[in-house]
Amino acid sequence: MMRSTLILNRLRFAFTRPHFVIGILLLILLTVLVVIPFLYMVHDTMVWQEGDRRISREANPGALTFFHYKRVFSSPLSLNIFYKPLLRSLATSLAISFLAVALGSLLAWLLVRTDIPLRKTIAVFAVIPYVLPSYTLALAWLDFFKNDRIGGSMGLFQFLLGYQPPDWLAYGFVPIVITLSLHYYPFAYLLLSGALVSIDSHLEESAEVLGAPRPTILRRITFPIVLPAIISSLILTFSRALGTFGTPYFLGAPVRYFTLATTIYSNISNRTSAVAYISALSLILISIVIVYANQKIIGSRSFVTIGGKGFRPRLTPLGRWRYPAFFFAASLIFLAVFIPLSLLLWQTLMLYPNDYSLGNLTLHYWVGKSNPALAEGESGILRNLQILGAAWNSIKLSVIVAVLTGLIGVLIGYAVVKGRGSKLSSLLEQQSFLPYLIPSIAFGAIYLSLFTRKIGPLPALYGTFFLLVLVCVAKNLPFSARSGISSMLQIAGELEEAAVMVGASWFCRFRKIILPLTLAGSLSGFILTFIATMRELSLIILLVTPETRTLTSMTFRYVEQGYSQFADAIIVLIVILVVGGEFAARRMGKREMI
Amino acid sequence: MAWIELEGVTKRFGSVVAVNDLNLQVEEGAFLTLLGPSGCGKTTVLRMIAGLEIPDQGEIRIGGKKVFSSREGLFVPPGKRGVGLVFQSYALWPHMTVFENVAFGLQIQKVRGATIRERVMTVLRYMHLEEMAQRYPQEMSGGQQQRVALARMLVTSPAILLMDEPLSNLDAKLRMEMRAEIKRIHRESKATTVYVTHDQTEALTLSTWVAVMDKGILQQVDPPQKVYKRPANLFVADFIGSPTINFMTGEIVQREEGAFFEAGALRLPVTFKVKDGSKGVTAAVRPEAIRISRTKGEHGFEGEIYSVLPAGAEWIIQVKGEGKIFNIREVSEPSFEIGEKVYLHFLRDQIIFYDRERGNLIYPI
Repeated sequence: MMRSTLILNRLRFAFTRPHFVIGILLLILLTVLVVIPFLYMVHDTMVWQEGDRRISREANPGALTFFHYKRVFSSPLSLNIFYKPLLRSLATSLAISFLAVALGSLLAWLLVRTDIPLRKTIAVFAVIPYVLPSYTLALAWLDFFKNDRIGGSMGLFQFLLGYQPPDWLAYGFVPIVITLSLHYYPFAYLLLSGALVSIDSHLEESAEVLGAPRPTILRRITFPIVLPAIISSLILTFSRALGTFGTPYFLGAPVRYFTLATTIYSNISNRTSAVAYISALSLILISIVIVYANQKIIGSRSFVTIGGKGFRPRLTPLGRWRYPAFFFAASLIFLAVFIPLSLLLWQTLMLYPNDYSLGNLTLHYWVGKSNPALAEGESGILRNLQILGAAWNSIKLSVIVAVLTGLIGVLIGYAVVKGRGSKLSSLLEQQSFLPYLIPSIAFGAIYLSLFTRKIGPLPALYGTFFLLVLVCVAKNLPFSARSGISSMLQIAGELEEAAVMVGASWFCRFRKIILPLTLAGSLSGFILTFIATMRELSLIILLVTPETRTLTSMTFRYVEQGYSQFADAIIVLIVILVVGGEFAARRMGKREMI
Repeated sequence: MAWIELEGVTKRFGSVVAVNDLNLQVEEGAFLTLLGPSGCGKTTVLRMIAGLEIPDQGEIRIGGKKVFSSREGLFVPPGKRGVGLVFQSYALWPHMTVFENVAFGLQIQKVRGATIRERVMTVLRYMHLEEMAQRYPQEMSGGQQQRVALARMLVTSPAILLMDEPLSNLDAKLRMEMRAEIKRIHRESKATTVYVTHDQTEALTLSTWVAVMDKGILQQVDPPQKVYKRPANLFVADFIGSPTINFMTGEIVQREEGAFFEAGALRLPVTFKVKDGSKGVTAAVRPEAIRISRTKGEHGFEGEIYSVLPAGAEWIIQVKGEGKIFNIREVSEPSFEIGEKVYLHFLRDQIIFYDRERGNLIYPI
């Protein structure tokens, strides 16, 4: 038969296969959600913008130019608008990743491999910072360390000790590094404890039989084996820290300490959006290099042996270090969870800032009626229609995003697994990973550049709730796609084919076989996406308008206006929602296996 | 009349040709086994008949009706072919009870509720599962799960039953039991059955026809006894039978007294002729077609007892001779010592000759 008819037939029959059709549709969806917005942003950096008339006479909106690149990379302004923020981004991210990984891996070793007291309890609390919004600690830090010279009112530190904490302690590099390290250490902890649990204990025992003392075993055997996991958590923490917006903004902006992420925001506010887009591109570039490096390094060194099957390793006795170790772990959790949350809660109960005495306590900022003398007459958050509206928006957004991402994740999993071996399948798998490479704030910038304009018959989406849904769905896709693929791998293809054999249509199969079987796995993924969206700030801050405000954007606004009580009260609300979600996810997790 | 027909069917996966220009007919009511080593393409053939794989070329007809034709761009989906399939993994839906698993196909066909109940319970009773209707598959043993899978296939009364290594996950005892069960189903339903296995005992005991495949190419289609006694080529001869058939390479030599197969010390008269230039011949002899004796006799050749392997009801004796090891099956307890010098005699009417280069059967045809 002719080769051309062969290809034609293949194509024709391919369209009778649902996974092929779905794969094509998903590929188009991903292109619309990620690739096209990205190209638009690149395009925007290379043409004159409307706002450029203010800064250059040559400005000719729409025409091609390298003006923005020159301005960012080699002009008298470059140092302040690009190189300094870049260096600060790199410096803070580097410091954060080292500190966070040091804390996380030490904790992992203590909890997995030693006889530290109360290990199970500590392990439960150790991951909580990870589900909190990343800037929770930043706000708590401000409540404690801010000084009235810059912060407007004094924090607890100044109240107790009577003198202003120095700026370097209250703002900028030091607090950014400390608060974000306390936020990110659970990531390293989770990765490392996973690696430590899966080490075949025979590897260590054979060294012990040879007479090696425990510290030597730790140094010569255990450490080299978990090294890839350590490097991996370093790299991934670095990449996350790079794209985070809230903390560097809250702690850096008051002293004009800008990182790339925060310059993107301020450049958008100043309407020099091309500069913001170039910064975003730089962030994306760094992020791609990092993820690539991670794959290179880990790909060639993945000798983490998952050979040991449930051999409980013998625990290292800590001896007289037992209680100091416990003290370390406990205080880490107190510093990262309990103290900041109590501080935030306390702050919401203070009638006037500056006054930490018991007499100043009030529920006004929670349930109080409007009082013109306080906070320009805004009522307490639980009767404030604006905030309740924002809370409703947040919940609505999180639920819709969680459902949509979960569903798309299952579909991606289906198309990828069923099409294994085909080009479409691998292309889809790769493309669903793309949003992971784009730091949150840059992702917001990309969407801003595309959706502030009309596209063909479509109206501009900027300012709509739908746009927030789009950006959150797109950003969360890599995770849901991965869980969709792994749960689809467990559902052998034969389970669906058995339904094909009796003539069940694709929708029937999807509804009655595929969805019920993946639902168990998707449920905890659903809650995780819910949590991630609930606390999301970096991603949506550029896209939120007063009509589409969320809890996180309201916090941001109140911090900017200096109403820390409101800001903190909203954070407490978010914390209640996400921690509740986290516990729900764990309970589901236990029941989920059929 | 042929009930299932495959004509010039080819299927590639990437650059691998899984099935190459296959022509196969299955008679109505036959029990055909597709047999071959793993990766030979047998499962792909089954899945193409089911409609789960789409061939690249060729035509497939079921009951005289075209269900696939590459020339016409015709493809009938699995549900409309009137076939039932049992998977290797059983593929029972874990979130449904036994009853729901079996009822699913009838629900899809929009059968009335009361009728569904009746038909499901009938087939469950037939498979001795009536007590299990409300259980979930993972609460059952492997053998019971297999019965559910069979029940699910049977409930829609398909005209064609397809089974993909259905017994490979069961232990030896259950496998015997289920073989009998499958044979009963075939006898009583009279459905044309295509069965895939790599287990030749299964193939030889169950089928009315055996189709042997290797590397995507059909090697032989014949009744089981013929496949065993007259393998069509060297591959089939070697693949079928345990212990494996004994090969001896030699030549056909024309002498004044007639034609002989000569290999080392062995010299056997033969009654067939070969063309010039294709003198290289391989003789194949089943283990039960060799006798061991202490006397040379006519056409005997010398060997030495290498090892004696008792296997329950029979003994496998290995004899070293002519530079190779022969497997010989004995049904009575042998009295040979290891290292003892003996003579081997081939039962002349059971020797099969192949063209060594092309591998095809020369005699008897």
